Amino acid sequence: MSEFRYAVNVLPKPGILDPQGRAVEQSLPHLNVTTVSRVRVGRRVELTVTDDSEAGARAVVDGLARELLSNPLIEVYAIELLQGTSSAVSPKAPAR
Amino acid sequence: MRIGVVTFPGSNSDVDSLNALTVAGVEAVTLWHESADLGGVSAIVLPGGFSYGDYLRAGVIARFSPVMRSVKDFAASGGYVLGICNGFQVLAESGLVPGALLRNRSLRFAGRLINIRPERLDSPFTRAATGATLRVPVAHGEGCYFADDATLDQLEHDGQVLFRYVHDDGTPALDPDDPANPNGSLRAIAGVCNEAGNVAGLMPHPERMSEGILGSDGGMQLIRSLVESAAEWEAAGRPSPKAKTQVEAAR
Repeated sequence: MSEFRYAVNVLPKPGILDPQGRAVEQSLPHLNVTTVSRVRVGRRVELTVTDDSEAGARAVVDGLARELLSNPLIEVYAIELLQGTSSAVSPKAPAR
Repeated sequence: MRIGVVTFPGSNSDVDSLNALTVAGVEAVTLWHESADLGGVSAIVLPGGFSYGDYLRAGVIARFSPVMRSVKDFAASGGYVLGICNGFQVLAESGLVPGALLRNRSLRFAGRLINIRPERLDSPFTRAATGATLRVPVAHGEGCYFADDATLDQLEHDGQVLFRYVHDDGTPALDPDDPANPNGSLRAIAGVCNEAGNVAGLMPHPERMSEGILGSDGGMQLIRSLVESAAEWEAAGRPSPKAKTQVEAAR
């Protein structure tokens, strides 16, 4: 058995109004940013699955993503296999 | 006759619902989310609140609670289930009513009195309504009703739209940015029912307008509708949805 770490990225379906994305977009002029558009705000869930194979682990994540982590009526999701424990590391994080 | 109100962790309108049912003259009992035992109730209310903290998406975690498995079976057997506010979100996430409730278009929590009007008076959830505009409170952050256009057309065609947000003059607030439409719901939809017609959800709170001392008892029109429908279902020996159709076809 091995451990596989995934991220599930959930986003509002294309065409569905995303008021959060719109609010972020509307704040951009205050930062003097004029080159950014089509902001969409979603959710990222990271999880570890213990399984014999990557394919088996991915099937578990896929089931969860469909059943629980996203609502297929309004959201789409993408699964990402992560190296290491987490992707949530800021690029400028100071080295320890 | 007994009607159950489910208490999830984070429910906050369960006591209001119990009170409204008591005002309607039935024995109102609490159903605990961790128990699959419905205690022989004749109808079920899923109340407002923030079940499981509204984490992930409003209503989704509640969907997997033991009580909801029983509620699903109860609904499939023809029992009446009414979801109010968070209860509507739970029903939608469970697939017991069509559509989804998105973040309010304004991004603001909507907590105020609004107008709704029943679209039809021959449904189990509106049979005791007068058809007049009802002034009832909303209190939610995720109440923007969404379904794709084909589904919306189908719902309207099949009479599954039960309530719409309306202006003072009773005309629907179809523009999602109209302040009379508190959350930007498509086609001003405030409440829908399933295809069989025995499960319904709405975002506004009729149970909070249950007595004159609360400002109005207008919400009792909907609570009484549920009570009447449940009593009739009980008296008929709890017919399944299919049997009901056969009865209607035989008439």
